[in-house]
Amino acid sequence: MTEGEAAAPPGMPEGAGSPVWVKSERQLRREAELRGRARRSTSVATASTIVVVVALVVVITTSPGWPRVQETFFSPEAFVKAMPDVLRGFLLNIQIFLIAEVFILVLGLLVALVRGLRSPVFFPLRALAVLYTDVFRGIPTILLIYLVGFGIPALQLQGAPSDPVTLGIIALVLSYGAYVAEVFRAGIESVHPSQRAAARSLALSHGQTMRYVVLPQAVRRVVPPLLNDFTSLQKDTALVTVLGPLEALRQASIHAQYDFNYTPYVAAALLFIALTVPMARFTDHLAARAARRRTGGGTA
Amino acid sequence: MSLLKVEGVWKHYHGLSVLRGIDLEVAPHEVVCLIGASGSGKSTLLRCVNLLETIDDGAIHLDGAEITDVRADADDVRRRIGMVFQAYNLFPHMTVLENITLAPCKVHGVRPEEAEKQARELLDRFGLADKAGEYPDRLSGGQQQRVAVIRAVATNPRLLLLDEVTSALDPTLVTEVLGVIRELKETGMTMILATHEMGFARDIADTVCFLEGGVLLESGPPEQIFSAPEHPRTRAFLQRVLEARRM
Repeated sequence: MTEGEAAAPPGMPEGAGSPVWVKSERQLRREAELRGRARRSTSVATASTIVVVVALVVVITTSPGWPRVQETFFSPEAFVKAMPDVLRGFLLNIQIFLIAEVFILVLGLLVALVRGLRSPVFFPLRALAVLYTDVFRGIPTILLIYLVGFGIPALQLQGAPSDPVTLGIIALVLSYGAYVAEVFRAGIESVHPSQRAAARSLALSHGQTMRYVVLPQAVRRVVPPLLNDFTSLQKDTALVTVLGPLEALRQASIHAQYDFNYTPYVAAALLFIALTVPMARFTDHLAARAARRRTGGGTA
Repeated sequence: MSLLKVEGVWKHYHGLSVLRGIDLEVAPHEVVCLIGASGSGKSTLLRCVNLLETIDDGAIHLDGAEITDVRADADDVRRRIGMVFQAYNLFPHMTVLENITLAPCKVHGVRPEEAEKQARELLDRFGLADKAGEYPDRLSGGQQQRVAVIRAVATNPRLLLLDEVTSALDPTLVTEVLGVIRELKETGMTMILATHEMGFARDIADTVCFLEGGVLLESGPPEQIFSAPEHPRTRAFLQRVLEARRM
């Protein structure tokens, strides 16, 4: 009962003798009342937000350590000085994120599909997929970055990557691929068995059933949880800092150590927020759209 | 005085008028059957009465009070109205007994033992006593729908809305659900049914309403509507139904 605006009058051609809608007095009054309510809700929301924000600001700024905190974390000079380098580092974070994301999607989908294979011939593959998701979801990402980042170069294999950014991406892909594989698998399993039965009844093979019937429905359903994982990935790109590439966190800590001021960290945090917030809103938007499609379907 | 009064109700979806100025009065203990083709607005009208849809114009009164007033408490209205859906809509994670006692316990404040006792009485009366502990997916469609009816009447509603409750059932199961509805009529339950079962409508209804394109074209006692319909559109509709049955 939170209809914001009145429905538009129907623009359909009316047949002869059929009633034509003229908005009644009662409906006009009802809509006025609803508008009044919407206004009141907005005012209440604004007032309560102001109260909360003011209270928070007062509590923080009157705390005994505030002057020191303000100087070490919120120094405008340090901010301006560090920002260009931190921003340059942040571009590397975005690069890591974008490259890793593609590989994660491919790896996750492959693992999920392998786990769905039925034939006994594929047992070793299936076991490998299970082992992979179990192991790599269990290892903390930062540990995995250490292991990959220092372990692979130590093998001194011909052609093995030694560049810290590449190694960091490999570690992130391994870690997140396991999560995304489980998300895909959940999506595949959420498609009702009757869909599979209908597809198989048309003599589509297992692969065709997956490709044309199950996956299109599954992928649509898992987009919000996938985006959630990617929001998480965006900030975990900062973990690659332990291998030494000049990404945002590394740049920030160089400046912080040089000036004994933590403001560069705040600058880096702001950049990460600036990237994740639009992503979160986009996820909400997609979820809301999916919900509307579900409820707006059946009418009369 | 009428129990339910629908006055000039309009409802639009995406620029399409689904209900176009519906007027309808239902007296206590009256059984009203809504007939008409799919998409004629029967279900929408029921959903509007239960406030599952907000109307775009007009008013609906229950027991003399306007329930479509923006200040009206929708939950309070729904406490007095029961509804049964075409697809049963039982809660799959609850047993039959839990499905039935949920609203009496959580909404109406009935003590659990009391609610369970009443639920078992109802199940017994409608021949489902041995299904109390089962989960819905273990029941046949007819059994599920009978449970859904019991769930709706367990709170002693003033008015029961039935939305094509036999459309998802195969013919052999239809009769058992219709039997339950017939028995409810004998207890004096006021009901509005949207239905495609013309024989049943003729048999059970006090009033039959024919809807087409969101307009209530004709209403009257079943003998009149089915034997001597006045509106040519009603005649055409019944003719089509007859032809379909012959095939």
